[in-house]
Amino acid sequence: MATALPAAAIPAAKSMSPMRRRFRDAFRRHPMALVGGVILLAMALVAILAPWLGTVDPEAVSPIRRLKPPSAAYWFGTDMLGRDVYSRVVYGARVSLIVGLAVALLSTLLGVVIGLVTGYIRALDAVVMRVMDGLMSIPSVLLAIALMALTKASVGNVIVAITLAEVPRVVRLVRGLVLTLREQTYVEAAIAAGTTLPRILARHILPNIVAPLLVQGTYVCGSAMITEAILSFIGAGTPPNIPSWGNIMAEGRSLFQIAGNLILFPGICLSLTVLAVNLLGDGMRDALDPRLARRM
Amino acid sequence: MIRYVIRRLFSTVIVMAVVAFVVFTLLYLTPGDPAAVIAGDIATDADIKRIHTQLGLDEPFLVRFGRWTWGLAHGDLGTSIFTNLPVTHLIAQRIEPTVSLTVLTLIVAIAVAVPLGVVAAARAGTWLDRGVMALSVLGFSVPVFVLAYILILTFSVQLDWLPVQGYRSIRDGVWEWLRHLILPSLALGTVYVALITRITRASMLDVLAQDYVRTAQAKGLAPREVLIGHALKNAAIPVMTIIGIGVALLISGAIVTETVFALPGIGRLTVDAILRRDYPIIQGVTLLFSAVYVLVNLAVDLSYALFDPRIRY
Repeated sequence: MATALPAAAIPAAKSMSPMRRRFRDAFRRHPMALVGGVILLAMALVAILAPWLGTVDPEAVSPIRRLKPPSAAYWFGTDMLGRDVYSRVVYGARVSLIVGLAVALLSTLLGVVIGLVTGYIRALDAVVMRVMDGLMSIPSVLLAIALMALTKASVGNVIVAITLAEVPRVVRLVRGLVLTLREQTYVEAAIAAGTTLPRILARHILPNIVAPLLVQGTYVCGSAMITEAILSFIGAGTPPNIPSWGNIMAEGRSLFQIAGNLILFPGICLSLTVLAVNLLGDGMRDALDPRLARRM
Repeated sequence: MIRYVIRRLFSTVIVMAVVAFVVFTLLYLTPGDPAAVIAGDIATDADIKRIHTQLGLDEPFLVRFGRWTWGLAHGDLGTSIFTNLPVTHLIAQRIEPTVSLTVLTLIVAIAVAVPLGVVAAARAGTWLDRGVMALSVLGFSVPVFVLAYILILTFSVQLDWLPVQGYRSIRDGVWEWLRHLILPSLALGTVYVALITRITRASMLDVLAQDYVRTAQAKGLAPREVLIGHALKNAAIPVMTIIGIGVALLISGAIVTETVFALPGIGRLTVDAILRRDYPIIQGVTLLFSAVYVLVNLAVDLSYALFDPRIRY
């Protein structure tokens, strides 16, 4: 990327790498990104440490204690089967974070492979991009619903369905970047020097698309978490016995007027997590793409 | 210009063909045998075989795709497995609430978001700007159904100002119709407002840095005239584009919003179809919504060519 060059060309003061300095400056200018990072870290810790956070078995049913309001014993109350909502929400963090992270990684990986190939092989480009245009024309939630309808509900299938719905956007980004990068003089120089294609891709193309991909990956992660919750909420996502935030809200759907806690607690956790991811994404965009940062 | 329009129409046809192919493949991969469903519980193997031949289910993939596309061209989206009614018929029954909700949301969202973006850009760097931007990030992050429940709990359950759920047809009175759509539109429109505000602000900031804006200011035009007459007019293209692209958000959001507010629209039809595994409906709706999305974006692209004299193709 052209904009990355001037900053990289300045010799690093002290021992800090220019990239790290740019991140530090961006966090300073964008304190909310730091807040996002801290919230996300906290959520990750909650997800990992779920069994030790005063939780009980999130699937343990107890009919006599059903639909209790929040209290000292049941922080977030209980649901219509007497399950502890606090425990379910804490364990639910696992599903959201796993889905968000897995979709971000998988769609980036797939997107990079397809994007690199189409950006470099002209014959494939037209065909693949028309297919991607077609896929992008199907609203991603609908495509995920249609895919989920074909298979049985499981976290793995949810990840695959959302990934397939997100990949076209990553492909488009990578292809666009590759098309500009391959015209750069240093790539031409590499070709003239007889560098092999795999080496050009690895040494000259890939490092230059990492930054925008990182930013895009964050947004994919946030949007995947929302899509998972939507799928679960309308009954096309993770199986109902797994406590995910979308599932907890789906169960509270018919009861929300008498037991708003079933909707509010998982809803607030989901919103907070997605907000944290988006704040982090905005901060990273600032750090990695100063040209865009001023505008957005 | 004509050449551009033809080229753009041609690419739309290709995109729709890809969409149709994807949707048909999903239909083809669907588990279960529609012939067995139609034949019923007491059918013999011979009956099922006969229906197979009748429906052309034993023909090769491409032949079936051709036949299905031919049906599509004649307005045939298939038959619902559960109700045995044509999918087009079911969609037609449910179209009013969905169109009401999305069109109302679209209009309100644009009316709110564009001024917000313009003001944020005009006051860039101030607390007002930061406030608008913070709200925009928040709008991106709170999922539509969470917002929907917060709105219902506040305005319907606590304050008792608006109905909790349900829908009234516009033929039963505009006020009742509107009253039932206020909260759904607010919930659905928030993401869209966040998106449009952000792009409007960014696009305005670009334009406000241009020389002709400085010229306009220097010759003593009122700030409002510069902002609206010179800047907004020239900042409109990215805004129009995002309004078109954002329609995908509206469509996805409408499915959820209709579920939360019990609106008997196409989204509700889809969710019921998921629970009953009524695949033809899911695929019909997917196709319909994708077509709407493609056509809206086609209209946006063509409108540039019509309205922006700078664009020559």
